[in-house]
Amino acid sequence: MRVTPDEVRQVAALARLSFTEEELAELTQHFDTILTYVDKLGELQTDSVEPTAHAVAVSAPLRDDVVTNTPSAAQTDALLANAPSRKARFFRVPKIIE
Amino acid sequence: MSHHALTIHQAQQKLRAREISAVELTQAVLTRIQETDERLHSYLTVCTEEALAQAEAADRTLANGATPPPLCGIPVALKDVILAQGVRATAGSKILEQFIAPYDATVTQRLKEAGAVIIGKVNCDEFAMGSSNENSAFTPCRNPWDTDRVPGGSSGGSAAAVAADQACAALGTDTGGSIRLPAAFCGVVGLKPTYGRVSRFGVVAYASSLDQVGPCTKDVRDCALLLDVIAGHDPRDSTSVNTPTPGYAAHLEQGLSGLRIGIPQEYFIEGMQPEVETAVREAIAHLQGLGAEIVSISLPHTEYAVATYYIIAMAEASSNLARYDGVRYGYRASEVEDLGALYQTTRAQGFGSEVKRRIALGAYVLSAGYYDAYYLKAQKVRTLIRQDFLRAFEACDMIATPVAPTTAFRLGEKLADPLTMYLSDIFTIAVNLAGLPGLSVPCGFDQHGLPVGLQLIGPPFEEEVLLRAGYAYERGHDWRTRKPPL
Amino acid sequence: MSYEAVIGLEVHAQLLTESKIFCGCSTRFGAAPNQHTCPVCLGLPGVLPVLNKKVVDFALRAALATHCTITPTSRWARKNYFYPDLPKGYQISMYELPIAEHGYVEVPALRTGSGQALRLGSGQAPEQAKKVRLTRIHMEEDAGKSIHDAEAGASLVDLNRTGVPLLEIVSEPDIRSAAEAGSYLRSLRALLQYIEVCDGNMEEGSLRCDANVSIRPRGSTEFGTRTETKNLNSFRAVEKAIEHEIQRQTEVVEAGRRVVQETRLWDADREVTRPMRSKEFAHDYRYFPDPDLLPLVVDRAWVERVRADLPELPAARRARFRRDYDLPAYDAEVLTARKDVADYFEASLRACPAAPKVVSNWVMDSVLRFVKEEKLDAALKIETWPCPPERLGALIGLIQDGVISTTIAKTVYEDMRRTGQAPEEIIASKGLRQVSDTDILQAAIAEVLTANPDKVEAYRGGKEKLLGFFVGQVMRATQGKANPQLVNTLLRQKLAQ
Repeated sequence: MRVTPDEVRQVAALARLSFTEEELAELTQHFDTILTYVDKLGELQTDSVEPTAHAVAVSAPLRDDVVTNTPSAAQTDALLANAPSRKARFFRVPKIIE
Repeated sequence: MSHHALTIHQAQQKLRAREISAVELTQAVLTRIQETDERLHSYLTVCTEEALAQAEAADRTLANGATPPPLCGIPVALKDVILAQGVRATAGSKILEQFIAPYDATVTQRLKEAGAVIIGKVNCDEFAMGSSNENSAFTPCRNPWDTDRVPGGSSGGSAAAVAADQACAALGTDTGGSIRLPAAFCGVVGLKPTYGRVSRFGVVAYASSLDQVGPCTKDVRDCALLLDVIAGHDPRDSTSVNTPTPGYAAHLEQGLSGLRIGIPQEYFIEGMQPEVETAVREAIAHLQGLGAEIVSISLPHTEYAVATYYIIAMAEASSNLARYDGVRYGYRASEVEDLGALYQTTRAQGFGSEVKRRIALGAYVLSAGYYDAYYLKAQKVRTLIRQDFLRAFEACDMIATPVAPTTAFRLGEKLADPLTMYLSDIFTIAVNLAGLPGLSVPCGFDQHGLPVGLQLIGPPFEEEVLLRAGYAYERGHDWRTRKPPL
Repeated sequence: MSYEAVIGLEVHAQLLTESKIFCGCSTRFGAAPNQHTCPVCLGLPGVLPVLNKKVVDFALRAALATHCTITPTSRWARKNYFYPDLPKGYQISMYELPIAEHGYVEVPALRTGSGQALRLGSGQAPEQAKKVRLTRIHMEEDAGKSIHDAEAGASLVDLNRTGVPLLEIVSEPDIRSAAEAGSYLRSLRALLQYIEVCDGNMEEGSLRCDANVSIRPRGSTEFGTRTETKNLNSFRAVEKAIEHEIQRQTEVVEAGRRVVQETRLWDADREVTRPMRSKEFAHDYRYFPDPDLLPLVVDRAWVERVRADLPELPAARRARFRRDYDLPAYDAEVLTARKDVADYFEASLRACPAAPKVVSNWVMDSVLRFVKEEKLDAALKIETWPCPPERLGALIGLIQDGVISTTIAKTVYEDMRRTGQAPEEIIASKGLRQVSDTDILQAAIAEVLTANPDKVEAYRGGKEKLLGFFVGQVMRATQGKANPQLVNTLLRQKLAQ
C-alpha cells in the first residue's frame, strides 16, 4: 500500500472531512489504486519542462479602483438569505477559540 | 411534428412567422417534461411559472414587429451548476439542496438578454464530478435510448433532456468530457469551447483551469446559434479571452474543401467497442468524401492524459469546494458542539462519496512532500500534452476521434471501481488539459440502438471550423430523425 | 550565558484603495455588518476574482520605496485553510513568485545633543543607523472579522473586511531587540504613509504585525527555534511582546528546556504571550497557483510610471529640510520621521514669517510633546489635530509682531489645543495682548520701585543683578503681559536717573 489509513485520515482532517472506519478502509484502497495508476507519469522525463497552470497564455486583466457595488439593506438581506444561522446581519457559528 | 421536438432554428422560424406562440412552445416542452421525466429524471428543478412568464414576455416582443433577439421564446435548460437568480442551484449535491442563487451567471444573463426561456435546471453528477450521472445526490438521470443505461456525465441531464425533447437546447459544463460524453451517449450535439471562450462567472467551479460552459443541442446549427449567444469576453472572468467571436451560425455552409483532418493513432485502441470504431471510421471517410484531406498524426502523450487530468482536477476541486462549510449558505449539520465538528460533520454529511474522494486526493497531492511528485509533475505533463496538439495542428486543421471507447453503459456497471469510471473519459480529457475546443456529433448507432459520437478537436478559438465540419457531416446523414423510444 | 535575540517582523498593511482587491465593494471602515459584501467577497458558488489595478500600483510604490527587485511576472496562489472569516476556504495571496523581493528599510539612528537616543512616542531608535533587509513584499486579500463575546457559545462573523487589499511585508531576521523592532516598524510605517498607500493606524488594524522571535547564545551564527507572536496591535504591544518573548525563551533555555516552535498570542491585559489553541495542529496550507487568476505581468513602463509618481520619501525630505530650511540634522530627522509631522511643520511655516528654526522648535517642543503626552502616537492624523498648522503659524507670527511674549504664547497654545480656538480669540478674550504702552509700563515700574526702596538703593549701590528682580516684579504686576524688552529698557533708564 502506498498510503496508510492514518495518512488518509490526516489528509481528510486537513480537508475537514470525516470518515467512518469502514469508509476509511475503502478510501485507502481507492487512494492506492489511483496513486498507483498516476505513478505512470514518473515514466516521463520532465526536468526541463515548464509547468502549465493555465492553458490560455494571457496576462491578468485589471479593473479600475472604483466602488461598483453599493448594496441596499434589502440586497444585503438577499445575499445573506441562504445562511443556515444568523444573528441580525452577522453569520453565526459555534464559538471560535483562538 | 409536435412543438417540443423543434430545434432552435425551426422554432425561431415558427415563432417569427407567428405559427406558434412562445407560450405554446414552452407549454409543449413543460408537458413533455411532465410526461417523460418520471422515467428519465433529467430535471432537478422545473421553472414552470418563471418559464411561462418569460414566454409571455417573449410573445410581447415577437408581437411588436421589430427583429426579436436570437433566442426569443426558445426554452433552454441549464445544468444545475449554472446559476439563475432566484432559482435553486444544487450542483447535484445535498450540500446545496436548499441554495437559492442570488445572482445570474454571465451565460444565464446572456441567454435572458437573447430572449431565451429558462425552462429548468437539469441533473448532473455532484459538482460535475462523474462520467455517468450516477454521482447525482438526487436520482441518477437515465439514458433516453435505454433507461437502464447511463446518459453519461457529468452533464447527463443536459444531454438527456435535449435527446428526449424536454428542452430545445441546454447548457452543460465540460471539465474532462462532461458535455461531449453525454452528448455522444444520448445522440445529441455537444461542444466544449476553447478555454476562455465562454465566461465561467456564476458557474459552480469544479476544476477552474479546465471547466468550460458549452451548448448541448439537437443539431449543429443550433449549437452554433447557442454558442453565438454565450461566447465572448466577460470582464467578470479573468480567464475569459478578449478576442471577437466570428459569428458561428453565419459560416456553417462554407464546406470542407482543403481542410486537413488529422487522425491520431493513439485514439483507436485495443478493447474499443468495434461498432464505435466502425462508425467513427465511416464518418471520417464521409468527411474525406466531402473534400477533406485525411492525414495521420500522433499525440504521443495521450496515455498520460487521464492521470494528469485527475491530479490537476482533484487538486483544484479540493480548494474550490472548501467554501462549502455550512457558514454562509448551504447545508449545515445540526447539533454540532464546536467549530471543528461543524466543518467535518457538515462536509461528511453534505458531500457524496466521489466528491469526498476527490477532495481528499486533491488535498493529498497538494500537501507538503507530495506537491512536486504529483501536482507539479502533472502540470509539466500537461505542457507535454498541450505541445502534442500544437505540433499536430501544424499538420492538420482539426483532429477526428471517437468521443468514447464504448456506447452508453449500464447503471452500476462501473460504480465499484473509480478508475474504470475515470477511463471513460480517455478520449475527451486531453482536450481540456490543452484548453482546446471539442465537438461531439452523432455518427451512428450500435447493435443495441445506442448512439455513437464523433469527436472533432480544433486549435484554440477555431470552434468555427469544427462547427462547419460537423454541419457538413450532419447534412449527409439522417441520424437525427431517429428518436429515442420513450 | 548571554543571549542575543533574532527577530523578524511580518507586517500586514491595509491599502488605501476605494474598492476591494478582487471585487467592487467598498473598503471603508465602520459599515453595518456585511454591508460591504457581494457574491464575490462572500465566496458564493461560481464567483471569480478580478484584480484591482491600484493594488498593484500601491505594491509597486512600496517595492520602489524599499529598494526591492520587482518580479516581471508574479503569480497568485491560493493559501488553503478553514476559518469562518475566510469565505472561500482559501486566501488569494502570492507564494512562489511575489511581486517584489530583496529590499531593505533604513532605520535611522536618532541621538540628542547629550548623546541620549531620542524617544519618539514610546519607542527608542537604535544607537546606529542600520538597514533591515526585506525578504519579500506581496499582495493578498484580507479576511473578515469574528466577534467572540457577543453571545455565549457562538461567534458572529462580519465579512466587510474580506477582500480588502493587504501588502504583506516580510523582513529578514535582522532585528536584535524589541526597541529596534519598534524603530523598524516606525520607519516602515513612515514609508507607507509617505507613499500614501496605508494610513498606518495600528489600533484600527490597518497596520498589523506578527513577530518571529528566537534567541541564541551571543556570538552564535545559528538560529534558535522561533515562535510567531500574533495580535500585536500597537507599537507598545510589539515592543512589550518581543521583550516578554525574549525573556520567556531565555528562561526556558536556562531551565534546560527547549523552545517549542509555535504560534503565540499576545495578551495585552496580562502582558504575556500564550500558545494559540487554534494553531495547535501544524498547518499545511497546500499553496498552488490560483487557476482563476492569470499571472501578473508588470513591464518596465508600468514600473517607471509608478516611479515618476512616487511622492518624496523621508530621506529626500530630510535632506531638503536641511538644505532649504537650514535646519540642524537633529531637527530634520525628528520632523521627517512622520509624514504628517513634516507636513504640519511645512504648513505652519507657510503660515508665518518666522525663521524655520523657530517654527521647528515650536513643532518639536509643543506639538510632539503633546502628541506623546496624549498617547496619540499611532492614531493621530494631521487633519484631526486640534491645533491646525495655520493657527500655530499665526501664533508664532503674533510673537514676531510683538503682540504677545513667548511665555504668553505657551499659555495661548495650551488653550488653542484645548478649546480649538484661534490664538487671536484667546488673546482678546483673556486680555493677554502684550503691553507695550510706555505710560502703563512707566506707572507699573514706578509702583514697583516705590514698593522696594531698599532694593533700589542696593541696585544703585552696584548690585546690578537686581535688575532681574525688578523685571520680574513688573511682569507680575502686569500678569506677564508686559513687553519684556521694553520693561528692561525703561527700568534701566529709570534706575539710572
